Amino acid sequence: MSGYFKELISGTKSLFIGLGITGKYFMEPVVTMQYPMEHVEMTPRFRGHIELIPDEETGEPKCIVCGMCQKGCPSKCISLEGEKREGVKGKVLTKYILNFTTCSLCGQCVESCKFGALRFSKDYNLASPRKEDFIFDLIKRLKEKS
Amino acid sequence: MPEPFRVILFIIFVMAFAGLNAAYLVWCERKGAGHIQRRIGPKEVGPFGLLQPIADGIKLMTKQLFLPKGADPILFMAAPLMVMVPAIMSFMVIPFSETFVAREVNIGLLMIFAFASVNVLGLLLGGWGSGNKYAVIAAARCVSQNIAYEIPMLVTAITMVMVTNTMNLNEIVRSQAGWFFHWHIFRLDISLLMPVAFLIFFVCTLAETNRAPFDMAEAESELIAGAYTEYPGMGFGVFFMGEYANIVIGCALSVILFLGGWQSPVPFHPAGFLGVIWGLFWFLTKLYALIFTVIWIRWTYPRTQFYVLLNLSWKVLIPISLFNLILTALQIKIFPWL
Ligand code: SF4
Ligand code: SF4
Repeated sequence: MSGYFKELISGTKSLFIGLGITGKYFMEPVVTMQYPMEHVEMTPRFRGHIELIPDEETGEPKCIVCGMCQKGCPSKCISLEGEKREGVKGKVLTKYILNFTTCSLCGQCVESCKFGALRFSKDYNLASPRKEDFIFDLIKRLKEKS
Repeated sequence: MPEPFRVILFIIFVMAFAGLNAAYLVWCERKGAGHIQRRIGPKEVGPFGLLQPIADGIKLMTKQLFLPKGADPILFMAAPLMVMVPAIMSFMVIPFSETFVAREVNIGLLMIFAFASVNVLGLLLGGWGSGNKYAVIAAARCVSQNIAYEIPMLVTAITMVMVTNTMNLNEIVRSQAGWFFHWHIFRLDISLLMPVAFLIFFVCTLAETNRAPFDMAEAESELIAGAYTEYPGMGFGVFFMGEYANIVIGCALSVILFLGGWQSPVPFHPAGFLGVIWGLFWFLTKLYALIFTVIWIRWTYPRTQFYVLLNLSWKVLIPISLFNLILTALQIKIFPWL
């Protein structure tokens, strides 16, 4: 009999504690993000597809077309071309295509670039129903960004 | 105002009140659920999602009223109405304010309970008529649940009738005039268990209106949508409106019986038209506070198991409410001057 009342009282009490918890949550600010309207800042170590780093002064890619990234890529998803230009030292990058469909985000290209011309981007809104949309022209993307 | 005119106005008011409540309680429910789970809830349709119920209504209305194979056409179509119509009729005797009541019926309390018992019949017929096994299981559960919870609810109601000597809802409210400690829930001099009686009544209201954590009629996770499984479009919509109307009725009854109805917490009541507004204000404030609690409870507790639910009624609520009945009778008899 005493067990009956003990259970009754402790049960009722726990119900009110539960209400207290949800009541507190009700008052607190919301924690969700309104995704398409708001975007979350990606963490520093997030790996998106690779992108070219622009030169601070000229805005042109810092890449000197040494081809190390292309060689280092285990998935062979980088193809690049450069040309000599009058009045410019070294080569100028004319084409940098990343086939993101096969990229494994391993980071070999970023590691092997000794000139600090490559990094992981923070882009993650990349959904598309077409395969061609993932063949990125990184020079174009760089221009669009700046 | 001439009587027929007044009645027509009240019918329009009551239907509008029930409809708007159904529409906007869904909105409140979703907003409440959102904030309790620390989300925002509806926000896209209109400012703060306030037009969401209209969008939902249009969506439900444009759906085809499909009659499933093997369903009983008459029962299937009649069942939502059997839930909806009695709920709306019950509003006729609810005193919103001292003079703001469609019909002051002497047996108002009895009438509401009579109509409320049709609700479960509607669910049973709906579940049976749709010829779906989940619906039938849900309907059977619903009936045994309603029977179990009707007893403590009625016993508590009888206790209150014993205290107030009347079944006229407006009279019951009038007997709680004065300070807020004259409301029945605080009248420990009438019965030591008054707050407990209120709790019992409130829990029974939840169970009678099939609200979580007692929503055995719906039980999405185990019975698809319970008795509503086969209902398309507005058939489902009408069930829902009936359910929300029932919640409002249940909470209104709790407010009238225990929380002083339209009485303000201080002994101040302006005369004339202002008094009507004053009463209405207090009644609606208490009513919506209680309805908010109902929503709050739904998003706090998980659904109980069926046998736990029946145990709660037969082993806890019924004995305590019976004990309360006897205690109240003794207290009234022994201290008749109180
Ligand atoms: S991250 Fe790896 S797979 Fe992707 S482009 Fe660079 S080296 Fe190739
Ligand atoms: S390794 Fe660096 S500098 Fe060399 S081609 Fe690749 S991106 Fe350009």
